[in-house]
Amino acid sequence: MNTSDPAAQAAETITVALVGSGGSGVMTAGDFLLRAASKAGWYGMMTRSSGPQIRGGEAAAYVTLSSRPVDAPSDRFDMLYAIDWKNAERFSAEIPLDTASLIVSGEAGATVPDAFTKGGARIAELDVKALLKDVSGGRPNMLALGVVCTLMGIQPDAVEDVLESRLGKKGAMAIESSTAAAELGAKCARDLPSFPKLSTPAQNGPEHWVITGNQAAGLGALRGGIRFVAAYPITPATEILEWMSPRLPKVGGNLVQAEDELASINMAIGASYGGTPSLTATSGPGLALMTESIGLAIASETPVVVVDVMRGGPSTGIPTKSEQGDLNLAVFGLHGDAPHVVVAPTSISDCVFTTQWAVHLAESMQTAAIVLSDQALGQTISVIDKPADIAFATRRLVADTVDESYNRYALTGTGVSPMSLPGTPGGQYTADGLEHNPRGTPSSTAEDHAAQMEKRLQKIVEFDYGSHWADIDGDGDVAVVTWGSMTGPVREAARRVDPDGSKVRVVSLRLLAPAKPEWLAEALDGVERTLVVEQTHSAQFYHYLYSHFGLDTNAEPFHRPGPLPLRPAELEAKIREWTRQ
Amino acid sequence: MSPGPSSKGDDPIKALAAGVASPDDVLAHAHAMESEAADRYHELADQMEIHNNPQTAEVFDKMARIEQIHADKLAAMCAERGVTRRPPWEYRWLDPEAPEVTPVEEAHYLMTAPQALKLALHNEKRALAFYETLLAGSPPDDVRALAEEFAAEEREHVSLVEKWMADYPDIDPHIPEDPDDAVAH
Amino acid sequence: MTAESAPAFAAKDFKSDIKPVWCPGCGDYSVLSSVTKALAELQTPPEDVAVVSGIGCSSRIPAYTNCYGFHGVHGRALPLAIGLKVSRPDLTVIVTGGDGDGYSIGGNHFLHACRRNVDMTYIVMDNQVYGMTKGQPSPTTEPDWESGLVPGGTRIRPFMPLVVALASGANFIARGFSGDPNGTAQLIAEAIRHPGFSFVEVLSPCVTFRPEQRNWKHETHPAPVEATNDRGRAARRLATDDGFNTGVLFYDNRAPYMPPVDANLTDVQQFDREFAV
Repeated sequence: MNTSDPAAQAAETITVALVGSGGSGVMTAGDFLLRAASKAGWYGMMTRSSGPQIRGGEAAAYVTLSSRPVDAPSDRFDMLYAIDWKNAERFSAEIPLDTASLIVSGEAGATVPDAFTKGGARIAELDVKALLKDVSGGRPNMLALGVVCTLMGIQPDAVEDVLESRLGKKGAMAIESSTAAAELGAKCARDLPSFPKLSTPAQNGPEHWVITGNQAAGLGALRGGIRFVAAYPITPATEILEWMSPRLPKVGGNLVQAEDELASINMAIGASYGGTPSLTATSGPGLALMTESIGLAIASETPVVVVDVMRGGPSTGIPTKSEQGDLNLAVFGLHGDAPHVVVAPTSISDCVFTTQWAVHLAESMQTAAIVLSDQALGQTISVIDKPADIAFATRRLVADTVDESYNRYALTGTGVSPMSLPGTPGGQYTADGLEHNPRGTPSSTAEDHAAQMEKRLQKIVEFDYGSHWADIDGDGDVAVVTWGSMTGPVREAARRVDPDGSKVRVVSLRLLAPAKPEWLAEALDGVERTLVVEQTHSAQFYHYLYSHFGLDTNAEPFHRPGPLPLRPAELEAKIREWTRQ
Repeated sequence: MSPGPSSKGDDPIKALAAGVASPDDVLAHAHAMESEAADRYHELADQMEIHNNPQTAEVFDKMARIEQIHADKLAAMCAERGVTRRPPWEYRWLDPEAPEVTPVEEAHYLMTAPQALKLALHNEKRALAFYETLLAGSPPDDVRALAEEFAAEEREHVSLVEKWMADYPDIDPHIPEDPDDAVAH
Repeated sequence: MTAESAPAFAAKDFKSDIKPVWCPGCGDYSVLSSVTKALAELQTPPEDVAVVSGIGCSSRIPAYTNCYGFHGVHGRALPLAIGLKVSRPDLTVIVTGGDGDGYSIGGNHFLHACRRNVDMTYIVMDNQVYGMTKGQPSPTTEPDWESGLVPGGTRIRPFMPLVVALASGANFIARGFSGDPNGTAQLIAEAIRHPGFSFVEVLSPCVTFRPEQRNWKHETHPAPVEATNDRGRAARRLATDDGFNTGVLFYDNRAPYMPPVDANLTDVQQFDREFAV
């Protein structure tokens, strides 16, 4: 399959792993590589992997660059560049290499671990220590940056540009020494084995952004009108909170760090009760703690948005790796019958839209909306087309003027009733987690319970979700139904099998709850075989579709837990087999 | 802090003479006492209603109405003389609350109507004692005149309640027993 | 003063028409009355006051007031109120609850609310028992108190709320007694006026499960000394008092917490720039 000279042809997509330990700076090198490529017009994404240490541990940066948008991890790596090999074996399962791959060892005389060489990759060595002897302040990671950029054909001025903008704060010396090291790396690259160059990116395309899913979620929240955030740190959600914190005051909002997740969800509900659209972000353990109070938001009809950036579970699980195992918790985890909204972004870019949409849904319906992002979306930094700026007519139904007949939980026929905000004379009511009558007075009668339950359900079931409930691509009698971060690999696999979208239909559900079986049935109309793809151990999504969406019994689950990403090739084989029939 | 408890150890006659020294003081105290007594009787009537004790609720309701009439009359007198309401903690009662006000803790959900009347009588007697104590302190004439007027009214109330109580010569001091346990929520 | 200048709001204007479900005799009736009397003295319009609570008998208070109210989940009233106050600093925020709600399930929030010092008043009606669930020991219950859940007593040292409040940074600490509703009203009014986090612990007997607490009227007494702003003196006093001293016991002048506000507001679209290549 591999040509004798891989450099002979330009590659549409190239994936590189940079590994190193103890302050080697591979993350910085990977970030600069992605940014340099983005400056030169390429798309790309970078994910990180690291050992358990807070500082000084072994680390890996996985960078995929392409002349077209990248929305899935690649199947294999074209290059592994190791600044050193200390404990690098831990990453071997994450870095599939083959005979076309190139391993560059930056540690002279070191033995490349068998785990990496067994696929037959070519190996080259650089004596980086010796090379950098005469470069004052030159660091191995910047030399690596020069090597990799040059091998792939990223122009030196793009590299310089990134060094200047990213190292500006560190001063001229830092820029100078880094540039020198990168230039030295560029020179060394010429003596290395041949390597494919990236194909020229399209010019004059849409504006590109460099953004993580967590930043995108934060941006979507602000666009949606969130002006209060309560925060308790948890990996991998903290970046949403940290991104929003300094920016909220600039738009008239604020963020408070809470003492725990029980406090953060309640602070958000309290702020929302006062009329401020509010959010908190967390991960599985935090969501578990918040579920009681999410029920309070639902019962008291106080809008609130909770972003869950999922990680491996259960319990503390694998904080730095992705998994979709919180689906059941988000959909079914609340006590009592508690209708609410669960949505999931279908890509890093879509984290902007879906989070903004979640604010719109929570505010419009006066309920709780949970956004199920995950570590793969949240912490991957990606070069994408600028997300569309979508304006929803988001406005909470507020009782501006009230008279004596005002009932906070009036049965309006839509399920949504005007909410009077503190400060409105005559609109006083007590928001209550106790079941209540239309006025808000606690009530345990069967009649009030039934009426209020129905009200809370009706507004969510009958809401006009438009076409946003799912992303549907392609047509044909084979369908792949998926959600969240699995959408990228599914789309990539479908594209490979069926570039013109006539054989494979990809349905990625953005609206996970309330369940809309009739919409899914329509989307799957004419489909003969359905594959359900998800990153869970127990096929939660498949079972959910089966039990609540009337999924065809012929549908087949394709599921696996984290921490390894689902690679398109795994799905491609399956889809190819089905479309041949 | 409230001067009520702090004056526990003081000579009540001296304490009242110092705290209720002018006709405005007397009016302010009289009005506060009657309106707070009315409010408390209303609250007690509500409590009894909620706890399915309508006979006792009726007693408290009746007392509330009587005190309210009295309070309204005093409100008019205060308005006429420009006497305004004071912060609740600035009144110089000899107890934490005004003497005619039923202490919250005296209520019980199973208390009987006669027991409620007995409580009301006790309150009226305490109100009377308040004015008598004031009068015992040789107050100025204008204070004396008002105190005597109000004491006379309290005497009327005492005899009114005593008349009602004549129907119940032997009031059982014990609260009826509840054979059921409390309900958890 | 003339009748024209009569205040706009009387205590009853702060009461709703919902009749409490507390047992007759319960101290919480008096505390409700103290709250409404305090608000009448402050003349804050009822619509500008929010009363926030958790779960328990005393947490029923919000609906009994004519203010905006939030009856939340067990133990979480303080964060609920903090979220409200920091985003709506124009409101007067009062948090009410009991000893189980505030010191047990909500204990962590109590520590951090004292630390955070948001301008609000926290009134705990302490009756040393879980009443709503029929008489289980709370953090302030004596170690030898007999109950069905913990026969023989908890054998655990009671929680000292005022000492903890002081150590955690509360800006105002007072103890009241429900049997003295006027004095308690004064404490609450002072607590509301005092900037920052004001904590008022009110001994409020549970006549149903702790009938012996009727005797509190003979045990409580005004603190024999003036309120102090000396943390060391307050620590010694609060740690060694008999638990029945009433009055303002400590005050401080720490500036209330408010999240930073940016004077120069921008449009959300400004943030697009930082992502553009």
